[in-house]
Amino acid sequence: MSGLELIDVSKSYGATRVLDSVSLSIAPREFIAFLGPSGSGKSTLLRVIAGLETLDAGEIRLGGERIDGLAPGARGIAMVFQHYALYPHMTVRENMAFGLVNAGVPKDEITQRIAQAADILEIGSQLDKKPGQMSGGQRQRVAIGRAIVKQPRLFLLDEPLSNLDAALRNRTRVELAQLRNRVDAALIMVTHDQAEAMTLADRIVVINDRKIQQVGTPAEVYARPANAFVARFVGSPAMAMLPVEIVSGGDHARVRLPGGAEVQTAVRAEGLAPGTRAELGLRPEAVSLAEPRGSGIPATVELVERLGDRTFIYCRLAEGIEIIACAPGFSPMRPGDDVTLDIHAPAAHIFTADGTAHHPEARP
Amino acid sequence: MNRARRDGLVGYAFVGPFLLIYAAILIVPLLMGIVISFNNADLFGRREWIGLANYAQALGDPVLAQAFWNTLTLTLLIVPPLTVIALMLALALNRSTRLAAILRGVFFASLVLSVTIVTLIWRFILTPDAGLVAVGLQAAGRAPIPFLSDPDFVIPALAITTLWWSLGFPIMLFLAGLQQVPGDIYEAAALDGASRWTVFRRITLPSIRRTLLLVVMLQTAAQLQIFGQAQLLTGGGPGGASRTIVLYIFEVSFGRWVLGYATAIAELLFGMILLVTLLQYWLVTRHEGQRA
Repeated sequence: MSGLELIDVSKSYGATRVLDSVSLSIAPREFIAFLGPSGSGKSTLLRVIAGLETLDAGEIRLGGERIDGLAPGARGIAMVFQHYALYPHMTVRENMAFGLVNAGVPKDEITQRIAQAADILEIGSQLDKKPGQMSGGQRQRVAIGRAIVKQPRLFLLDEPLSNLDAALRNRTRVELAQLRNRVDAALIMVTHDQAEAMTLADRIVVINDRKIQQVGTPAEVYARPANAFVARFVGSPAMAMLPVEIVSGGDHARVRLPGGAEVQTAVRAEGLAPGTRAELGLRPEAVSLAEPRGSGIPATVELVERLGDRTFIYCRLAEGIEIIACAPGFSPMRPGDDVTLDIHAPAAHIFTADGTAHHPEARP
Repeated sequence: MNRARRDGLVGYAFVGPFLLIYAAILIVPLLMGIVISFNNADLFGRREWIGLANYAQALGDPVLAQAFWNTLTLTLLIVPPLTVIALMLALALNRSTRLAAILRGVFFASLVLSVTIVTLIWRFILTPDAGLVAVGLQAAGRAPIPFLSDPDFVIPALAITTLWWSLGFPIMLFLAGLQQVPGDIYEAAALDGASRWTVFRRITLPSIRRTLLLVVMLQTAAQLQIFGQAQLLTGGGPGGASRTIVLYIFEVSFGRWVLGYATAIAELLFGMILLVTLLQYWLVTRHEGQRA
């Protein structure tokens, strides 16, 4: 059986286009994250799938059946809203039963499904409370419970962790990961937090500027970003982008930094004509501090971020370009220090002016 | 002077003017009214303590009994349809189209008219010689109905006039209440496959029950005090068929100058409104305490 299929889905509000020919195919039990900045169209896409917004063009299929003409309640989809959207005047039990009663599910089965969901989510003792008497974390469990009992073919989660404090967020992240093993459905989660997307999703759909920028596993999206936007958006701290000029070399591209230093990359030179301007993409782990008085690129430390196991050192080159280095453990560096940076050239990416990515060849 | 004490005085200074005026024009007259109701009093200042005699007279007064039933009938004819129609209109107007915005203004407009103008308009409509209704009935080959001089029609005529005049405010209250309901629970209900009727009954109505209570309480209190329409449209006639309690109080105090008796009736009405309002409040909120 096939999962969810979007075929050339477009949506406009008046003259403003918010989704432009989006196509996507999701397997029946896949966990997908829609990742993108605010206003990228990711929430609209989720709402179009749910049926809360109509699409202007295109098709949506779920389990082989076309659903874009169906009412939201008839699509076999359950949604967990960002602010939970629990019915405030109903008890937890009534909240969970509401959709089932509307669907004409027999009473015994409703009772049984609620008991089962309450058991999974450990909210059995809360069933007679109203949402107003519960904490944010508990409310979210109820919202998830309300979705589970419907036994949908597809779960939609709109920014599920954004309303929780840091400790609860980590716990809920684990619980969401467990949830996907318990339900026989695909899950789509909208998030602007790449850590959520990286840790939870089987595949990430990076959305920006009304379009899908890249679909891939977290590792693919991180290691081989499809374009400069994905490269900048995924990864924390972000990938540094250095303006460079391609210089002639062998099979692999060689670039010249603004300061004159040249770097031999592992990116194949095809399509990168000598003399053209491009950007050199460097993840923090591809930049390290050189030994004192060693050869490398001089820079000045601007900000030091110590995470315990490693330290990110935000530096600025003489030409004013920002670059981030990574050092193991607790680095003694301080803002204002002059340092020399080593670039691990085989890990560098090259992005041409139109944003197209050229990745280093995988080492044999 | 320490800071807390000074802050306290500043606070009193802010609420002081209001409290003074409120006491002078509401609290004091209320208490004076209670005192006067135990007196044989007239408009020229004569006071003679007679205890509960005014209240005893009120209980045996056939004119008051008639006015009481008239008022009760009017309230029952006005409040339920007013609440239902206002809610229906508010539901229809609760959208952001240009037409809805214009119609919101139109329905609210009747509220700003004074009772004099409203009764004038309805006199034109209801008058049996040339009124709008009469013309309509004649065109249909029927005899015109003398709304304002037939004892069977005068109360419904007053009720319709009042309905037309009073719709604007409850509509506004309902619209305000409806806009407080978060939009995402309607979306959740759509995903839960709720029909329009289910959404209304299980989502909208429970969400605005406080507003509903407010509208019913305010309207009941207002209609039990119905006066202007009755005085201007019919003068209480024919034969007292449309005399309301407040109209009777007005006649007794300013027509017959028997102030003590009039205040006693006013206190009885006050007690009645208080009782009805509290009863409504209790009926609607009694279940909330157990679950909250």
